[in-house]
Amino acid sequence: MSKHTLSVTVENEPGVLSRVAGLFSGRGFNIESLNVAPTLEKGVSLMTIVAEGDDQIIEQIVKQLRKLVPTVKVRDLTELDSVDREMVLLKVNAEDSKRAEILRIVDIFRCKVVDVSPDELTIEVTGDQGKITALINLLTRFGIKEIARTGNVAMMRAMQSSL
Amino acid sequence: MEMTGAQILLKCLEKEGVDVVFGFPGGAVIDIYDEIPNSSVEHILVRHEQGAIHAADGYARATGNVGVCLVTSGPGATNTVTGIATAYGDSIPVVVFTGQVPTPLIGNDAFQEVDIVGITRPCTKHNYLVKDIKDLARTVKQAFYLARSGRPGPVLVDLPKDVITASCEFEYPEEVHMRSYNPNVKPHIGQVRKVADLIRKAERPLFYTGGGVISSRSHEELVWLADNLRIPVTSTLMGLGAYPGEGDMWLGMLGMHGTYAANMAVNNCDLLLAVGSRFDDRVTGKISTFAPHATIVHIDVDPTSIQKNVSVHVPLVADCKAALGALKRELKPSLDQVDCGEKRRDWIDQVTQWSQEHPLTYIDESDSIKPQYVVEKIYEITRGDAIIATEVGQNQMWAAQFYKFKGPNSLLTSGGLGTMGYGFPAAMGAQRAFRDKLVIDIAGDGSIQMCIQEMMTVVCNKLPVKIVILNNGYLGMVRQWQELFYDRNYCETCMDAQPDFVKLAEAYGAAGFRITEKKDVESTLREAFALDKPVIVDVRVAREENVYPMVPAGASLTEMLLV
Ligand SMILES: Cc1ncc(C[n+]2csc(CCOP(=O)(O)OP(=O)(O)O)c2C)c(N)n1
Repeated sequence: MSKHTLSVTVENEPGVLSRVAGLFSGRGFNIESLNVAPTLEKGVSLMTIVAEGDDQIIEQIVKQLRKLVPTVKVRDLTELDSVDREMVLLKVNAEDSKRAEILRIVDIFRCKVVDVSPDELTIEVTGDQGKITALINLLTRFGIKEIARTGNVAMMRAMQSSL
Repeated sequence: MEMTGAQILLKCLEKEGVDVVFGFPGGAVIDIYDEIPNSSVEHILVRHEQGAIHAADGYARATGNVGVCLVTSGPGATNTVTGIATAYGDSIPVVVFTGQVPTPLIGNDAFQEVDIVGITRPCTKHNYLVKDIKDLARTVKQAFYLARSGRPGPVLVDLPKDVITASCEFEYPEEVHMRSYNPNVKPHIGQVRKVADLIRKAERPLFYTGGGVISSRSHEELVWLADNLRIPVTSTLMGLGAYPGEGDMWLGMLGMHGTYAANMAVNNCDLLLAVGSRFDDRVTGKISTFAPHATIVHIDVDPTSIQKNVSVHVPLVADCKAALGALKRELKPSLDQVDCGEKRRDWIDQVTQWSQEHPLTYIDESDSIKPQYVVEKIYEITRGDAIIATEVGQNQMWAAQFYKFKGPNSLLTSGGLGTMGYGFPAAMGAQRAFRDKLVIDIAGDGSIQMCIQEMMTVVCNKLPVKIVILNNGYLGMVRQWQELFYDRNYCETCMDAQPDFVKLAEAYGAAGFRITEKKDVESTLREAFALDKPVIVDVRVAREENVYPMVPAGASLTEMLLV
């Protein structure tokens, strides 16, 4: 079992998200995160899907995605050199005694404080999975009160995009 | 010229060469019905929408063309779902038009509103909601193209009432351009050569063919390859008829109720050539012991079928006709050098021996009518020149085993979904396509009651479908499982409370016969088949007869229960 990041371009027509989501639920495939937004090309959206499975399952997921009529292209970015990012908002307990230390961590990780209250800080972080996991681990001991994640977005590195 | 949506729809159907639509009207589609008399498209009024969709499907299977069905919104649309899933299960090209409430009301729980596009998303190849009349013609064009190209399947087009009544300039696109849909139909020549090489070298090759051979019309290529290269052929239920049932290389169907020879051949072959078949669990039995000694080649137009259930050594993604044609061209020149008769003598001797040792058989007692005997008589009388539809259950398996299908498109049966109630309306659709052919539905007493209301449709439309009920007073196939695996607990499978099928036929204006004596089977069937009107023949068969051979679910193909 391993995690794969799939980049899927689809015709931006009604119901396409539910076709993709339905494909996963109907066939019992595991979906970890799914992210959709329009691209530069008119009428085309890009989905980044993180899914887990063994090789055979991932092969089926890729083929089944390709088979959907509105699917333009499917790429498995896992084996390719790609850029992966996720954005996360974290609301952390931050009474006066802890605040300085939290701000230090924010600094080291190049995050941003986007909201402040007397005993909470809301932090915005963008990065790959490693960075985000590390930050969450560090902040856990202060007490994370809320978390909102976008799920992965990914893209092939420039040199290979034309492949 | 400006035309209404209804007019545009019918014009599109004419352009697609549609001569008949099976349907049932309602408020949402009344404007389409209003235009039907002005069109060359014939409409056949069914008695239940499930009948319409199965009829369109039967028409498609018998002709190889797209079948069309038209129903209203809400309940009309939901009544087609079983039939859509049936067509999806067997990759049959049908286009279903459903009425929908006017676009401003969509999502408001309006009267007779249902999200049919949402409901049918998992059981259609694709579906559409047309929101703007300007998209109508292009959508219909795409629907037909999608239904018949690549791996065929059902496509649904949902038509809001205001789109049908709006009007615009009509222009039918000449071609379809969809950047996202390009099925791969051309075989990769490198792979073709690899397969040809494997065939040349194989000592114990075997064809395992499926419905894809029929839908791609590649039966001639298959017969050429099997006969000239001396490769025995077995097939799935859906593949019956692609290789003739009387042909030299024919082993019979494989799988759960397959022949001993076919299942043994799978177990012993060194090269398995899977063509247009998808390794369904009813065929493979226990996957881990399926074709244990074989290099597996899989030819299929749908890449998702490949590597789904079994691991394949040589995949060949292509239309079966193109692939088998390419193999023929590769292999024909070397035919002289490889003496296939010599090379494969032991193999052919072996499979022949299996066939002779354990042919399909049954114990024929003089005092009861065996259902297999009835199917044999149907074959003898028709000499294979009939279209046979079946219901689902034992009747279906006996038809598959004891009727020798001579050519493609002559068996209409719900293989993938196993839909009871499919056979009779499908037979009706086929009879409409071929009015002069003998079309017979081999039925069970349970299944036939699921769409029996179409008796009225066949009578009204002078479609002389023959229904032969193998009446065992049970939901026989389920009873068989209860007998074998549930300690004979015949819970809710006894169906001896039945209508009088002869009177029922007569009530609809058809003819009815009952057969209770073996000696009358042949003469009564002959009489019934000779009538130029719909007929029900109620044959009282041995009540607890079982279908054999049988591979219990989940067992290996070699673990067969024989007669
Ligand atoms: C719509 C539907 N409901 C239930 C079943 C489950 N089922 C499969 S075979 C069978 C028995 C069919 O009985 P009958 O039509 O009398 O045929 P027989 O097996 O006796 O030939 C049943 C209930 C089914 N396949 N389809």
